[in-house]
Amino acid sequence: MDDKLVIAGQELSSRLFIGTGKFPSHRVIPEVINRSGAQVVTVALRRVNLDYPEENMLNYIPEGCIIMPNTSGARNAEEAVRIARIARAACGSNWIKIEVINDNKYLLPDNYETIKATEILAKEGFIVLPYMSPDLIAARRLRDAGAAAVMPLGAPIGTNKGLKARELIKIMIDEIDLPVIVDAGLGRPSHAAEAMEMGAAAVLVNTAIATADDPVTMAEAFALAVKAGRMAYLAGMGVVKEYAEASSPLTGFLR
Amino acid sequence: MSFYDVYLKYKNFDFEGFLNSVTDNQIMKILSKEKLNDLDFLALLSDKAKEYLEPMAIKARQLTFKNFGRAILLYTPLYLSNYCVNQCAYCGFNCKNKIARKKLSLDEVRKEAEAIASTGLKHILILTGESRKHTPVSYIKSCVEVLKDYFSSISIEVYPLDTEEYAELIEAGVDGLTLYQETYDEKVYMEVHLKGPKRNYRYRLDAPERACMASMRCVNIGALLGLNDWQKEAFFTGLHASYLQDKYPDVEISVSLPRLRPHLGNFAPRSPVSDKDLVQIMLAIRLFMPRAGITISTRERPQLRDNLIGLGVTKLSAGSSTQVGSHALEDRGDGQFDIADTRSVAQIRDMLYSKGFQPVFKDWQAI
Repeated sequence: MDDKLVIAGQELSSRLFIGTGKFPSHRVIPEVINRSGAQVVTVALRRVNLDYPEENMLNYIPEGCIIMPNTSGARNAEEAVRIARIARAACGSNWIKIEVINDNKYLLPDNYETIKATEILAKEGFIVLPYMSPDLIAARRLRDAGAAAVMPLGAPIGTNKGLKARELIKIMIDEIDLPVIVDAGLGRPSHAAEAMEMGAAAVLVNTAIATADDPVTMAEAFALAVKAGRMAYLAGMGVVKEYAEASSPLTGFLR
Repeated sequence: MSFYDVYLKYKNFDFEGFLNSVTDNQIMKILSKEKLNDLDFLALLSDKAKEYLEPMAIKARQLTFKNFGRAILLYTPLYLSNYCVNQCAYCGFNCKNKIARKKLSLDEVRKEAEAIASTGLKHILILTGESRKHTPVSYIKSCVEVLKDYFSSISIEVYPLDTEEYAELIEAGVDGLTLYQETYDEKVYMEVHLKGPKRNYRYRLDAPERACMASMRCVNIGALLGLNDWQKEAFFTGLHASYLQDKYPDVEISVSLPRLRPHLGNFAPRSPVSDKDLVQIMLAIRLFMPRAGITISTRERPQLRDNLIGLGVTKLSAGSSTQVGSHALEDRGDGQFDIADTRSVAQIRDMLYSKGFQPVFKDWQAI
């Protein structure tokens, strides 16, 4: 099946993106990435430690993966832009996941500042994937600002609660002509499958894999779920019926 | 509105009556809640809650993993100076103590920085006693300029400052503040702070908020456990953290749980805090504030620290000393207190790996 996800002209066969925070050790990351088949890996610039090779996350990402640094820690557009510029130099990648968070209680992204940062960075030639609260209007503005995809949260980050924002994300998928990647909140492979069945272009998972007892096996489980969900979406799922079909139809007399 | 108003609300609260009235049912209900209110938090500090430390620990561990993963940030303190004009009954730097006083020159700061940086650490906490004469803000600023070459995150633990002074230091490269109220009880506060500018309770109490107003990225608070009833102190520490997090959601708020340590002088803790008490405080704070950072310093002994990891701790100090000049200099000043965990950064790192945790050396990028 030739089903490629295309972002900024880059063809991807894997629709599972991986986050690298929260793991018990960097050393497990290469195996997690291999078993998940992920081709896009996000790394927080704040954790990139160029002075100490053993602790440098970048050294644990297999060759061939697209490194997508993120702006974790940015509280406004200006900080996100500054972090993105440093990240490009440090990681040698012009992909950037914009993350602007100024609420430490729920870690919800600030769509307004995210749009501002997207506009600036897209003009500077970055491939911008903004993390956002699911909102159609904000997504349109992000598209107009030059985003390469949009990444709405399924539920607040780290909660593992699943696709709580389902209805809002569905609308975005239906209406936005950009890849919609569900980022954050997916706690189980079945949540990822659900997002893919609904038509999400991809999902980004970190906490659920990193904090599993066996992160490597969990990474593979997510990969399988993403594949299954995508196949189901492409296959065209049967309609869920709200009623049973009676064997003697009430309107049978019309025949 | 200041945290002082919150303090006043509970100042005359019947703590003893409330803590003694907590029931099993209450605790079980609290343990099933996702979001705790002030009195739920207080109930978790009761004797009754002590019977529920295991379920509290299980929940605290889950919350910590969910929010922070299996990752622990490492940092070390760097004492710049031990000159002090205050007379704090419990502190080795007390101006009445005849100790070897020292202030690092900028050249010495660089030597210390080089030694610390060679251990791999990227987060540093700089400390001084309170002496605007010996260590004015301009001196701290000059030190920060030097340290920027070596560290990606610089926090300060110095005397309380004005908002403009915090802003000035942030501009220079400081991104974190640690400031302990020592005790939230105004009366006890006046009893242990015998002389000096530190006697101004309100100025110190409002300092973390001033740092938030100046846009400090991280603010870490705490009470010096042992000065007063730990239940009350832990309660006010949690409320203070929660007050700051609600009012300044863009600031990362964290809490330290320092217990009084032996020091040069002869002050004995008025209200000792056992290991069990300390664990209870930590678990209650984690359940009350799932996203707050929690620091356990080298004031605690290795075996206890190792066991606290995984229950809620997010930051550990390593390779610490409270002496001025201890990292690279022959000529040193006396220390503030004795530390209990003297392990090197490498030893702490290896211990974390062996327990299935990632030691994080860098979690910020100066921008």
